[in-house]
Amino acid sequence: MDILSTEFFQRALIGGVLIGVTAPLMGLFLVLRRLAMIGDTLAHVSIAGVALGFLIGVYPIAMGLVFALAASFAIEKLRRAYKTYAELSIAIIMSGGVALASLLFTLGKGFNVNVTSYLFGSIYTLDNTDLIVIGAVTVIVLFMVKLHFKELFLLTFDEDAAAVNGLPVRYFNIMISVLTALVISASIKIVGALLVSALLTIPAACSLIIARSFKQSIITVVVIAELAVIGGLMAAGVWNLAPGASVVLLLILILVLLLAMKRGFKI
Amino acid sequence: MAEHTKSKFNPSCHQEIITMQNITFSYEQKQVITDLNFSIKERDFVGLIGSNGAGKTTLLRMIVGLLKPEHGSISLFGEPIGKFKHWERIGYVPQKNSFNPLFPVTVREVILSGLYGRSKLFSRISKADLVKAEDAMHAMQIEDLSNKRIGQLSGGQQQRVFLARALINNPALLILDEPTVGIDVETQEGFFHMIKHMHQHHNITFLMVSHDMDMVRSYLGQEPLQQNGKLKFYVKHSHELENCVENDLTHSLKGLRQSMNQRAPVVI
Repeated sequence: MDILSTEFFQRALIGGVLIGVTAPLMGLFLVLRRLAMIGDTLAHVSIAGVALGFLIGVYPIAMGLVFALAASFAIEKLRRAYKTYAELSIAIIMSGGVALASLLFTLGKGFNVNVTSYLFGSIYTLDNTDLIVIGAVTVIVLFMVKLHFKELFLLTFDEDAAAVNGLPVRYFNIMISVLTALVISASIKIVGALLVSALLTIPAACSLIIARSFKQSIITVVVIAELAVIGGLMAAGVWNLAPGASVVLLLILILVLLLAMKRGFKI
Repeated sequence: MAEHTKSKFNPSCHQEIITMQNITFSYEQKQVITDLNFSIKERDFVGLIGSNGAGKTTLLRMIVGLLKPEHGSISLFGEPIGKFKHWERIGYVPQKNSFNPLFPVTVREVILSGLYGRSKLFSRISKADLVKAEDAMHAMQIEDLSNKRIGQLSGGQQQRVFLARALINNPALLILDEPTVGIDVETQEGFFHMIKHMHQHHNITFLMVSHDMDMVRSYLGQEPLQQNGKLKFYVKHSHELENCVENDLTHSLKGLRQSMNQRAPVVI
């Protein structure tokens, strides 16, 4: 139990709790717009940015953010080129990102240790800079979502109606892309690029089962993500498990329980 | 704001609501709409009919600014579409299948979203907004569904929800995109009855895309007024109606239910 009172664990907990608010929030918008795979794609591409950051000696998360932003715009462009096969653009960008990442990682052979920490997360190595970045991202995301809650809802529910109402749809689409890229690059170190997607999508999957209204679904995703983050980190600390994996598996456990409960109620 | 926009619309029933001049549009190499000239005057009811690929949805998307015509110009309420700002004057009812039935959203949330336009970009939902939503639900006789998830409703009920959303701003123009697709015949008739009633008793201009020839013909006449390629325009002009009426929100929404009930009950 001693680990729970250590400084690195408390930093991990703070970082986890902050990401536990923003990641499922952005994830809900993505899932409802049927863009669930975008989170995974951006995370894979930002790994390439992290690798480049190590290679040229720039703060890796910042480079990861730049790459994630570039990828989100590339996806939008490709989506327009292949209108009816939009998911194709996601597959292309994702494999491109992984290829670029492995290329950059092999160029700089010296930092192999760090590769796994960004793929699977290394929440115990969060330093103060990371916490400040995560905190800033949280403030920006919460501010923008609160400011434009109505518009983001309408855009997500009925994009055509949003346009007919005279809303600047393009501006809001870009805003969602930028906020998602911010959240993903900030959460890579916490759950890892391979697992970020879980924190974005599984809370949303849970809310589809239990929430009746959009407001409820917002509350649901945050509560479930926080349960999983705090519970998963505690379990990882006490039993010495991989933190990122514990959080994700706990999320899946919650989802399975909710599905089972729903079935139980129906029968 | 509301006063300002209202004063711009004269009650003489002759204002051009939609003006399309020399519109041409093509996808890839296939020209869908060729040199179309058509105008819709205040309180006209226009039915837009055509087979799949005739360009119905394309034309609709151009009118609401989602697509740009290749050639030609579109004006809304006398203003070129690029400069048009009063989108709250237009109510829009999408095709039934345009949303996911699992989407977690209540009837009230959907209806309120009709208010989320440019002018409300930075303001919160007010008490007055909530009252408007109640009025719209009351007019469409769906107030007891207000906290239900939209996916739980029947097709006919969903259509009323979207109609209520379109009506919440007291629109001068109502655009309906195949409103009766996927709804059983009895409900279709109730819905069409409601639409006709609104046209006859309230100052609303209608543009409706439909594939249902029988219903359109029974109200708009046997022959199309104009044809462009495979697109046919059936029109009931405003001068065929008794007289011009006020377009007043409280009157039209609150009065709507009352006057509908007096004439004939609507089948849900």
